[in-house]
Amino acid sequence: MKVGVLAIQGDFEAHRRRMEQLGAAVVEVRKPEQLDEIDALIIPGGESTTFLKVLGEHGFEKLKQFVLTRPTFGTCAGAIMLANRVENPSQPGLGALNVTIRRNAYGRQVDSFIGKGSAVADLECGGGPLEMVFIRAPKFEHLGSNVEVLARQGDDPVLIRQGKVMASTFHPELSDDTRVHAAFLKMVRNGNK
Amino acid sequence: MSENNGSNGLRLKVGLAEMLKGGVIMDVTTAEQAEIAERAGAAAVMALERVPAQIRAEGGVARMASTKKIREIQAATSIPVMAKCRIGHFAEAQILQELKVDYIDESEVLTPADELHHVDKHAFTVPFVCGARNLGEALRRIAEGAAMIRTKGEAGTGDVVHAVKHMRQIVSEMRALTVMSEEELFASAKNHQAPYELIRMVAKTGKLPVPNFSAGGIATPADASLMMQLGAEAIFVGSGIFMNSSSEFAPPEDAYKRARAIVLATTHYKDPKVLLEVSEDVPSSMKGLAVSGLQEKEMLQTRGW
Repeated sequence: MKVGVLAIQGDFEAHRRRMEQLGAAVVEVRKPEQLDEIDALIIPGGESTTFLKVLGEHGFEKLKQFVLTRPTFGTCAGAIMLANRVENPSQPGLGALNVTIRRNAYGRQVDSFIGKGSAVADLECGGGPLEMVFIRAPKFEHLGSNVEVLARQGDDPVLIRQGKVMASTFHPELSDDTRVHAAFLKMVRNGNK
Repeated sequence: MSENNGSNGLRLKVGLAEMLKGGVIMDVTTAEQAEIAERAGAAAVMALERVPAQIRAEGGVARMASTKKIREIQAATSIPVMAKCRIGHFAEAQILQELKVDYIDESEVLTPADELHHVDKHAFTVPFVCGARNLGEALRRIAEGAAMIRTKGEAGTGDVVHAVKHMRQIVSEMRALTVMSEEELFASAKNHQAPYELIRMVAKTGKLPVPNFSAGGIATPADASLMMQLGAEAIFVGSGIFMNSSSEFAPPEDAYKRARAIVLATTHYKDPKVLLEVSEDVPSSMKGLAVSGLQEKEMLQTRGW
């Protein structure tokens, strides 16, 4: 089983290190055809506009086919990519998550923060509060009925799942806690949710 | 937000630098250029009054960009906006923080405001990037609170030679530390004029404790790939995108093609096939100025201490 990390731009190395720490074989994915060689994908933090421009139309369609059928986890910019509606400003989404997401919803870098949040649902790898690193983070708005909230920070849903797709507006790859990635990996290994 | 002082504050600062890795940060002087940069796939823009090639040609005192210009650029783009302050000019930095720029570059490209001291960057919530030519300089800036280092190169020339020189210097000095004994590390701290704790950290990991980007003379997709292959984690491009020479702007469509090609070359830096493809899309490059023809006093890289 191979987990791909989209390596167009962003903190893909942090995800790679985390997945390797958890015992997964990791491939850095820079070209659309590499999606055929992997079983699951992580879309990292970074700039979603850069991801879109580098992917181009062909890459976007190929990525869309992947995320609509295979386990995928997106953090921050990755979550923006996976949404079906993006605001502030509006841009194309892959449509794997039935949510609206608002870019830079907390403000600029000086408004970035490290908070604590609670796992609402069982992450299947132990409970307790999660450290959450928010960097120029987006917010989920208008969640569809088929979207499950796995964790909140205050009242805001910050970690969600729909079928085989997970997304967080914070960066679990920048904390020492491995539970969020472990939950994704468990879902991948089970072949389904 | 008391939680975000101290080590958490530094984690947030370095965190944004992590998000910029593998990307291209482009110098822009207008809202229109910022839009072109974002459309071409820039990971961030640097808001400036004049690009380094213009500063070099026109002379005079180069200061922080006007707040009006920075606001216009912030309004024009959804990606991070950086801005430069003069070396040691903490009041310019305070104004930039009030403006909520996403990163401050305490830059040798502007005319230094202090001949001895750099800004105490720990005193700020906004993160700083600083230039360096060697490991000692990089670690001194990190000790002062820089959350990102970039090689200085020689800005505004379109000549990559000193970006290469400084990257090779830093990488080779780091590699040397990894095989040193304890006694040698103490002596090394003295030789590099850098804090012993940071020297030890580099000796252990072989890397800087903050991301290491490249700047100063990068003008083509091949230049970007070269710097990434030499160990840069992201690329700053200054005059090379929007200028044809130190006084002539490139047509917007040419600038867009250059910018896009450099973005693609940075993602696919290890893939010569893609590098060829994207190089063929570039209509022209900046004329440039050979660094070997510059007098020492004409160099921007010697500013900073």
